[in-house]
Amino acid sequence: MIVDMPATSTQQLNRKLVELREQSGVMAQGRVLTFVVVTDDSANTEEAIEEAIEASRAHPCRVIVLVRGAKKAAARLDAQIRVGGDAGASEVIVLRGYGPLSSAEACAGMTIPMLLPDAPVVAWWPGVPPAVPAEDPVGRLAGRRITDAAVEKHPLRALEQRTASYTTGDTDLAWTRLTLWRALLASALDQPPYDSITSVVVDGEPDSPSTDLLASWLASRLSVPVKRTKVGAVGGMHSVRLNRHSGPIELIRADGKTGSLTQPGQPDRLVHLARRPIRDCLAEELRRLDTDEIYHDSLNALQEITRGRAPAGAKR
Amino acid sequence: MSELSVSGRPDGWSNPLRDPRDKRLPRIAGPAGLVIFGVTGDLARKKLMPAVYDLANRGLLPPGFALVGFARRDWADEDFGKVVYDAVREHARTPFRQAVWDRLAEGVRFVQGTFDDDDAFDRLCDTVYELDKSRGTGGNHAFYLSIPPGAFPVVCKQLARSGLAGQDNPDQWRRVVIEKPFGHDLKSARELNAIVNEVFPEESVFRIDHYLGKETVQNILALRFANQLFEPIWNANYVDHVQITMAEDIGLGGRAGYYDGIGAARDVIQNHLLQLLAFTAMEEPVAFSPQELRTEKIKVLSATKLVHPLDETTARGQYAGGWQGGEQVVGLKDEEGYNPASTTETYAAITVEVDTRRWAGVPFYLRTGKRLGRRVTEIAIVFKRAPHLPFDSTMTEELGQNALVIRVQPDEGVTMRFGSKVPGSTMEVRDVNMDFGYGLAFTEDSPEAYERLILDVLLGEPSLFPVNAEVERSWQILDPVLEQWAESGAPEPYPAGSWGPEGANALMARTGRVWRRP
Repeated sequence: MIVDMPATSTQQLNRKLVELREQSGVMAQGRVLTFVVVTDDSANTEEAIEEAIEASRAHPCRVIVLVRGAKKAAARLDAQIRVGGDAGASEVIVLRGYGPLSSAEACAGMTIPMLLPDAPVVAWWPGVPPAVPAEDPVGRLAGRRITDAAVEKHPLRALEQRTASYTTGDTDLAWTRLTLWRALLASALDQPPYDSITSVVVDGEPDSPSTDLLASWLASRLSVPVKRTKVGAVGGMHSVRLNRHSGPIELIRADGKTGSLTQPGQPDRLVHLARRPIRDCLAEELRRLDTDEIYHDSLNALQEITRGRAPAGAKR
Repeated sequence: MSELSVSGRPDGWSNPLRDPRDKRLPRIAGPAGLVIFGVTGDLARKKLMPAVYDLANRGLLPPGFALVGFARRDWADEDFGKVVYDAVREHARTPFRQAVWDRLAEGVRFVQGTFDDDDAFDRLCDTVYELDKSRGTGGNHAFYLSIPPGAFPVVCKQLARSGLAGQDNPDQWRRVVIEKPFGHDLKSARELNAIVNEVFPEESVFRIDHYLGKETVQNILALRFANQLFEPIWNANYVDHVQITMAEDIGLGGRAGYYDGIGAARDVIQNHLLQLLAFTAMEEPVAFSPQELRTEKIKVLSATKLVHPLDETTARGQYAGGWQGGEQVVGLKDEEGYNPASTTETYAAITVEVDTRRWAGVPFYLRTGKRLGRRVTEIAIVFKRAPHLPFDSTMTEELGQNALVIRVQPDEGVTMRFGSKVPGSTMEVRDVNMDFGYGLAFTEDSPEAYERLILDVLLGEPSLFPVNAEVERSWQILDPVLEQWAESGAPEPYPAGSWGPEGANALMARTGRVWRRP
């Protein structure tokens, strides 16, 4: 069910929500968090709402979508409540602010009365985020702030910005997309031989922030030389090689979808390794709301990686 | 939970890429393969094969994972591959992704044979070695015995003879996974264990009680031990009694032949319900390691005893024809293939006590049955009435006893029932429910029990698998009832769609209690 409330206020919205609850008993009370999505009014807005709803299937939450409308317009708040079938597991409240109501401070002001009592708040910027999310009025309300370096114009510079402005609770989808890669590498090291790594080469598209983060994570964990090399048009990350005396461990994703894990004395093993859809990444982010210290360590290690060309003879 | 234990690892070595603070990093199983015996059965089709796919889809299976089927059918690898494909398409929990399927399909093999066929097992051995070489399964193999218990001795012997049960070097593992029933009484359970242990050491044996893989069952531990709220009242000072119910609305249908001689008590109470009792009644473990959990479960089961006299504290029944939710259904004796002279019960209820300071004097009522009102599994902790009610008796006439109900299935969640004032000008108190539901939201992402359990077998994580001592203790608790019932003639009939025989109601009425209607 979709309830449109044009030219409204947050008091009226709250009253409407209680009314809907009493009438149709639609919304369960067991919401565990509030998920705030901050976006601009554009073609991608609906898509962002869809992704948030899909991610929320795993976690019963209230989704508040702040759509920042035209700045040069009369002050106005249009709201929309989506519950039941249209909203998957949660209730979705879309707040469209125009004119002065499209500013960050006004958005925070509209969000506060709509936050679920006593529940954690997670904020996501599907597009370009504020420079320092933790100091943004909406970001300040949230215990976890999710950005995506890959959608920015200069992803690698964005990573530097993240490092400089890191505050507890920050996280980035470029990091989340690495989880399976990291799990595979960790799992490979669980098996014999228990040889130490001497150096690492990580390969990916020039603009791929995930490649940089994978390299810096390995640098921070292994304290060995890590080289980040560039390759064109392979769909983001391409390969990782962990060099050891007993022979390298390599994880190569040549076609953007399937990874091949090789170790000396073992046959090549294939694994599904396609780029994870946003909804899966968001669901993972919503699962743990505490500080991601490993992400922080990886950001700090970005300066330790060396960049250059792939060594001659490297497997493609 | 515990650190992955792989022998051959140098002392003091730890994986530099793992950090306990890295909570989002999932544990992917090491290189491994799974061999399923009984792969044409319902369990394999509806639960095991889809669970394997779902694990692969979530990225938890090792690259190069292999799945081998062993059965009598005249199938090639591709034919079996199609069988797995169909099972996955129909029953998998997560969305179907062709790319994930393609990777999994590359590791599917089939070996045709019967259990007494030496040659077939040798071919299975060859297949396993071929998989080690071509898929990189690393010599780690789990054998899932989804077969009737009568076949265990021959299959175990074959696994030993063909060399499949033994690893070539200590870095590798071979594990056996067995399903209930674990025997049909204490003596046969011990014999069965001896047969399995001849071939596989106890730490390589994984017994599946799929209830332990359910989120809601694991949540009992979280509920009890992560919160301050519940532990202080979780004892005989405040609890009046506990009811553990597992009801099904389906009948036996074509499986009547298998059921004869087993009955509801052996089928459900011996394993699922006693495990649920153990979780509900156990003392707090010192840590959540497998060893500590096991210690507490065995301790509480050792203190559990039947309440005598058994003819007053137990009840059993057989369903007769009746109306089940709008459909007219036949009674057990009229089911196809059923022996009309059978005294096997389809409903069983027993009363046990846990002889500890915490639970002294608190009866635990365990009941299960087929063709009951609806499908539900729940644990209800019913509290004593308040010792002094400052209200007139007329105000609290409709007030029942506080209850905390853990709904294991369906509609997973926890309910608290307490008294609240009825809106109006008088003080009238009635029961209301406060509910926490996993609901659709959580469970859509919540893994199926078999996914969790199969992954734990591959990881070698033993917490969720009952050990020999638990199985034997459970039989020791139940055996006296089974012996008494065997000499007591036929069970009482009850209409299909009701909540059981009259004897069950009489059981409760003797102590002034009633069964909950779940």
